[in-house]
Amino acid sequence: MDFLRPVTWAEALDAKASVPEAVPIQGGTDVMVEINFDVRRPVALLDLGRIAELGDWELAADGRLRVGAGVSYARIIAELGDRLPGLAQASRTVGSPQIRNRATVGGNLGAASPAGDSHPPLLAGDAVIEVASAARGTRMIPATDFYLGVKRSALEPDELIRAFWTPPATGPQYFSKVGTRNAMVIAVCSFALALHPAERRVGTGIGSAAPTPRRAPAAEEFLAAELDWAGAAALDAALLARFGELAAEAASPIDDVRGTAAYRRHAIAVMARRTLTWAWNDYRGKVAACA
Amino acid sequence: MRVNLTVNGRPEAVDGVWEGESLLYVLRERVGLPGAKNACEQGECGSCTVYLDGVPVCACLVAAGQAEGREVRTVEGLADGDRLDPIQEAFVECGAVQCGFCTPGLLVQAHDLIERTGEPTDAEIREALAGNLCRCTGYEKILDAVRLAAARKARTS
Repeated sequence: MDFLRPVTWAEALDAKASVPEAVPIQGGTDVMVEINFDVRRPVALLDLGRIAELGDWELAADGRLRVGAGVSYARIIAELGDRLPGLAQASRTVGSPQIRNRATVGGNLGAASPAGDSHPPLLAGDAVIEVASAARGTRMIPATDFYLGVKRSALEPDELIRAFWTPPATGPQYFSKVGTRNAMVIAVCSFALALHPAERRVGTGIGSAAPTPRRAPAAEEFLAAELDWAGAAALDAALLARFGELAAEAASPIDDVRGTAAYRRHAIAVMARRTLTWAWNDYRGKVAACA
Repeated sequence: MRVNLTVNGRPEAVDGVWEGESLLYVLRERVGLPGAKNACEQGECGSCTVYLDGVPVCACLVAAGQAEGREVRTVEGLADGDRLDPIQEAFVECGAVQCGFCTPGLLVQAHDLIERTGEPTDAEIREALAGNLCRCTGYEKILDAVRLAAARKARTS
């Protein structure tokens, strides 16, 4: 096994181009588990931990946040919790403090597990993934097009994930996750919701209830059309129930050791109703405060 | 490969490291510091918690090469010579040690919590220690020890 240690982004892309089988490692919280348990013996590890720019985030000129692939969950919570509340909530449910000190959204994207906690809020928040290769330069991949299958993504073998782009929240965002404990838990299933009041639009993300993380487009359209954006009237029970149903219909879960498909569908509906209730309460509070 | 790192203030140059090896293996088997414990090897139990550049991490999930040029502080580096760190004293006084296997990881993680927060609430202590499993289930005494150490620190600072 080789251990590749680029210190610049250009060096990293060159290394990935010459050894496409090299496995990128950032926090190590997924990759090292596979190595420790002999599940994987890559020809090389490509350590991205020395590339300083991957650990930076900035507010870009177009008003979106550009967050480097190496920013840890702990830093997302501490530094971006106000602007990316949905992602920050999801980050708080990742592993333990020790894991959150090391693990990154970039690594979550690279692993592309349907159960990854960052995916639902990235989907709900219209995130775009910035990837690059030495040969073809930069590609911007919307999160909706990034996940292709169980642990498969749109990333080509010579590409590396550099950053994700997402607008700061313009409305309430919530994340909910079902697991057996309040820590150190892989999602049985999860759900993220983002309201975009200025555009009267809704974003959703479903985790661990389909081969890939995915949005629930019919649920989003229904909600965008039915919510009382101007008057901020209370949610009625029929609307909540229908939103839950549509969210659950968007899932295609399986039975596995963590839960049954039927349970997951049920839980998605519950989490959809719950996150909508939280988000709408926030929205109503804001509308009332402005009135 | 060779890995150069600083452990508890001492520079170490470790040869013959396998590229897929963890920092935990380097510390225990090559540097001779068995304090950090090897248990789950998947970041679930926290028994191998050490400081890496001042941040608590699971040493089993850090590739050895990622520690090149970095500073590691293990449970062996908490005491000042024969004088235990206040968190260690509190663990002894409160009976927060049963079989002792989880203790090194808990000490490092609790040490970090007390350094960062003045007097943590119970909720903060529970969240901070959520990734450290005690197989003896001696959590009540562990919480007592963290509260005691935090209260003493608040009084003296």
